[in-house]
Amino acid sequence: MALHNLTVAGLAAGLKAREFSSLDLALHFLGRIERLAPELNAFVTVTADRALADARAADERLARGEGGPLTGVPIAHKDIFCTDGILTTCGSKMLANFVAPYDATVVERWRAAGTVLLGKTNMDEFAMGSSNETSFYGPVKNPWDLKRVPGGSSGGSAAAVAACLAPAASGTDTGGSIRQPAALTNLTGMKPTYGRVSRYGMVAFASSLDQAGVLTRSAEDAALLLQVMAGHDRRDSTSVDAPVPDYRAELATPLKGLRVGLLREFFDKGLDPQVEKCVRDSIEVLRREGATISEVSLPSLPLSVPTYYVVAPAECSSNLSRFDGVRFGYRCDSPRDLLDLYKRSRGEGFGAEVKRRIMTGAYVLSAGYYDAYYLKAQKVRALIAADFARAFEDVDVVIGPTAPTAAFELGAKTSDPITMYLNDIYTIGANLAGLPAISIPCGFVREGGKDLPVGLQMVGPHFAESRLLSASHQYQLLTDWHKRVAPGYE
Amino acid sequence: MSLNRSQVEGIAHLARLEITEAQMPVYVDSLSRIIDFVEQLAAADTAGTEPMAHPLADQVQRLRADEVAEADQREKYQRNAPSVAAGLYLVPKVIE
Repeated sequence: MALHNLTVAGLAAGLKAREFSSLDLALHFLGRIERLAPELNAFVTVTADRALADARAADERLARGEGGPLTGVPIAHKDIFCTDGILTTCGSKMLANFVAPYDATVVERWRAAGTVLLGKTNMDEFAMGSSNETSFYGPVKNPWDLKRVPGGSSGGSAAAVAACLAPAASGTDTGGSIRQPAALTNLTGMKPTYGRVSRYGMVAFASSLDQAGVLTRSAEDAALLLQVMAGHDRRDSTSVDAPVPDYRAELATPLKGLRVGLLREFFDKGLDPQVEKCVRDSIEVLRREGATISEVSLPSLPLSVPTYYVVAPAECSSNLSRFDGVRFGYRCDSPRDLLDLYKRSRGEGFGAEVKRRIMTGAYVLSAGYYDAYYLKAQKVRALIAADFARAFEDVDVVIGPTAPTAAFELGAKTSDPITMYLNDIYTIGANLAGLPAISIPCGFVREGGKDLPVGLQMVGPHFAESRLLSASHQYQLLTDWHKRVAPGYE
Repeated sequence: MSLNRSQVEGIAHLARLEITEAQMPVYVDSLSRIIDFVEQLAAADTAGTEPMAHPLADQVQRLRADEVAEADQREKYQRNAPSVAAGLYLVPKVIE
């Protein structure tokens, strides 16, 4: 098996057995990136020198018999995570020249674990998008069909891992930005519980929804990487101070007895029938292994998209006020006065979708509209969270599709924001309620002469990451959807 | 259209965003569609429901001792600034 086809677990085992060195891996993946990343537009920055230095350091550690389970394994970071001394653009012209002065906690922890940084991946501008078409650096292409989107906003991370340019990559998920691209590119994508992973050094979009996670080619890999990401961080005031379980050890938990709630609202009229078939077939696999399947209803869930498009823009308009053309980031030429400097730096530095969301947020927070929109949305958010809490009295996980369709064509949904927003109809609920959720490969649909991947989503109660990972791992022991790689990238 | 041009100009000013003449109609249209779309929240029965600002209800903001924990890194941080002099961020003249 070629090096790039190995999982993180496989690479770690090979490194430990000295079958290859970390330098071998870095050179191999850098070679693939050089050859294949441009057609996908998956990376904003390739950190070749850093990768080689990291790999040499990892090899020395391994030679001394030191290092942990991830020492020497190459990874990529979504360009939303600050990386000390390395360009951190967030997919925006606003930060096109921003060299982060410190490492995000996620970056620091993966680095301390001995991983090797290959580069920073492309993304929707400030993580605002569901197709990776809002990036200042241009759209990312889906390895399964270059005419189609990889999903967003972690589209560069998804394309990179799906094309075997990196064995794993970080992502962030505010309304589905890890799970939806994972579904559209045949990856495992994990969004942990809100507060499980530190947000320190992660450029903020909507602070009550943002959560870091991981895109991998198996649930086992997700467990390995989450293990070293999760945990309390005093530098993030919403980071939760709770012990981190041994995710890998808990992968062995069997499916037998798992109470699965089939989410009625996820099987609505907007769901593509071919996608529905894949999802229902995969649920049958769980049933055959002894999981009990029942139907659950979350009556307020259909309001999750409008709720999100009040709450997230409101938080975004507040968070993005820091980009003022004064302290860092883009500044316009020859400002007439301070107001002109603010307005033109922001007007020229932000792209269309980011400006649209900032203005939506400014409107729903403005005097006279606050109660009707923002306060109302916060109340509906409470209803949605209560619906989930009630469901989890009877079931361990709720299940359904990750996205209503397989990957769509570039440009197909860019003219109407609402059409684009509805892509996240099945993923947003978990963010509003702060719940952990995972998307795993569960089949393919045939469209335009291409096989396109479909994702199965599971959502669990707060801090039930172990349950989601073990159910996914057990499913992946029985199926091989997750092992399929896009033609041309095998 | 739930929003008119002058409302959108007002929002853009509040948000400190310069919107070009050519782009203004596009924002009037798309922001109106978004506001129309989120309007459906009005029909939800939220009587007696407390607004939810944070996904983990039982979390409280932690306090820490007011102690110096970081070294001075002004120079490093200011390397990203568009214009600085003598440790100060420069902006157009504010006071005549």
